[in-house]
Amino acid sequence: MTENRQIVFNNVSKFYGEVLGVNRVSFSLDPGITSLVGPNGSGKTTLMNLLTGLIKPTQGTVHVFGLTPNDPVHFYRLVGYCTQFDSFPPGVTGYNFIYWPLRLHGFPAEQAAKLTAEALDRAGMAQVAKRKIAGYSKGMRQRIRLAQSIAHHPSVLVLDEPLNGLDPMARAESIALFEALAKQGMHVIISSHILEEVDRISDRVVLMSSGYVVAEGQIREVRREVRDHPMQVLVRCSNAARLASAAFELDHVVEAKILADGQSVLVRTRDVEQFYLLLNKVVSTGLVDVDTVAPADDDVNSIYQYLIGSDGSPT
Amino acid sequence: MSAQNFLAQTQKNLKEQPWALYAGQVGVLVRYEVTRNLFSLRRVWVYFLAFIPVIFLIFRNLISRGHFDPAYIEEQTEGLAILVQIYYVRLAIFFACMGIFTWLIRGEIVQRTLHYQFLAPVRREVLIVGKFLAGAIVSIVLFEIAVLASFYLFYAHYGAAGRSYMFDGPGLGQLGSYLLVTALACLGFGSVFLALSLLFKNPIVPGAILLGWETLSPIFPSWAQHLSVTFYLKHLCPTTLATTGPLALFTVVAEPVAPWLAVFGLCCLALAVLILSCFLIRRTQIMYTAE
Repeated sequence: MTENRQIVFNNVSKFYGEVLGVNRVSFSLDPGITSLVGPNGSGKTTLMNLLTGLIKPTQGTVHVFGLTPNDPVHFYRLVGYCTQFDSFPPGVTGYNFIYWPLRLHGFPAEQAAKLTAEALDRAGMAQVAKRKIAGYSKGMRQRIRLAQSIAHHPSVLVLDEPLNGLDPMARAESIALFEALAKQGMHVIISSHILEEVDRISDRVVLMSSGYVVAEGQIREVRREVRDHPMQVLVRCSNAARLASAAFELDHVVEAKILADGQSVLVRTRDVEQFYLLLNKVVSTGLVDVDTVAPADDDVNSIYQYLIGSDGSPT
Repeated sequence: MSAQNFLAQTQKNLKEQPWALYAGQVGVLVRYEVTRNLFSLRRVWVYFLAFIPVIFLIFRNLISRGHFDPAYIEEQTEGLAILVQIYYVRLAIFFACMGIFTWLIRGEIVQRTLHYQFLAPVRREVLIVGKFLAGAIVSIVLFEIAVLASFYLFYAHYGAAGRSYMFDGPGLGQLGSYLLVTALACLGFGSVFLALSLLFKNPIVPGAILLGWETLSPIFPSWAQHLSVTFYLKHLCPTTLATTGPLALFTVVAEPVAPWLAVFGLCCLALAVLILSCFLIRRTQIMYTAE
């Protein structure tokens, strides 16, 4: 086992017969929260199934910390996967659903019981653990799957649409849990349609469309690479008109729009670094006092719109 | 790589394997699967297959109470032979194993729960061995109890003559043979159905073909008869049943197999099919929508 703590996809393709799952995917992931974003059928779940060894690549290799699923004893101690499959062994209780897989991990009964209790507690399912899963609500089933995937303290947690079916409170708790796990140095890989929440918690993003990785990296880096769409910066200042006119003198500024409040300017620029330099200059002259400067479209939602489009097709 | 190097590498690999962990995992799987299979409403029909002759014999004994003539005790031996060799081996154990062993993996795919076991740090070969042992325990326990009860009910009501036949005569030998045949039938059919469930999405059709193969095997050439589970079992039975009906015209009498060879042959067959299952499970992928 190598010492690297990366997840590496190397030229990975997966075909289901003649149907493309993912094609020539190559990237590596460091610890933190990574979001897989893309429309339905873009290959997110295929990528997660490849990562966790539930399916095998048609070509290429996937390594997690230098390991592959061909070494299941070591590999699956590292990996926890909360799938989208909303199915459970018939008649199983929430407790046994977590306890028995832990016994398969090789944990002795006492330790398995302790880990089960801890996982149930973290997922907020301790109160209903003795009930049969067949009687759970959708949100509870989602959380019990999450509890099972984290019970053995994996280093890589893969979550396929983990926020589906959760009420706002449970969603907030789950997100807090993901953030806490990422802070502990874990890889947390999430696919989600809820872009606002993905944006808030993600360290990096992998954008997928029609089986291809359209872009990947830290959200701001990805945004800067999208050169077709000038970046938007919202500046709230004491003299919006003055700032707008200064901005217009720059070649790379495409638009400078004074907003309705009269104190904010929305600037669209092809070179945001140059614009920030200008802003520094303007501020140093003392003619304009700047309250806030905020990028207006370096979020996952904007990147998604620019690269994939609202209809889910790559632009 | 030379053969010597290959052998040395294989030996090294085998030594490095965490056998204690594997054994523990097999134990956990067996406990889990036995609980799920033995005490499940889904398995009521298997209980029915196993114990319907027992219920029939109980009624027979109740109805005919006091009218058992020791002169007919030898007829009971033939009755027991027909029950075990025709009903249990060719019908009840066959279909019970089809239900139990095909469901071990295929059932998990149908219920979309196989991924939970694939995501555990368990070698897939260990998974197969654990599930196979669980299926074997369930089927063997059920049918051994059924055969034991049938044996008792066939002879018990003959009083002293029955007891003498059972304990001083050939009774116990017959019982031992039938218990062995029952266990081997469960292992043989079980391994075949486990492999079929990995090879085919719907194992019912190949199961029906297998049933045809096993039924018609007496008319096959001698070498082909060796590929049948019932061929080996036939040579372990204490009573030979004559083939009757149209099939008798075409029966090919194969050279008899020594009992130890029959046991060994059947165990080899089960082992070979189990190894095949291990290869098949290694290439299995979780694609429920395609199933």
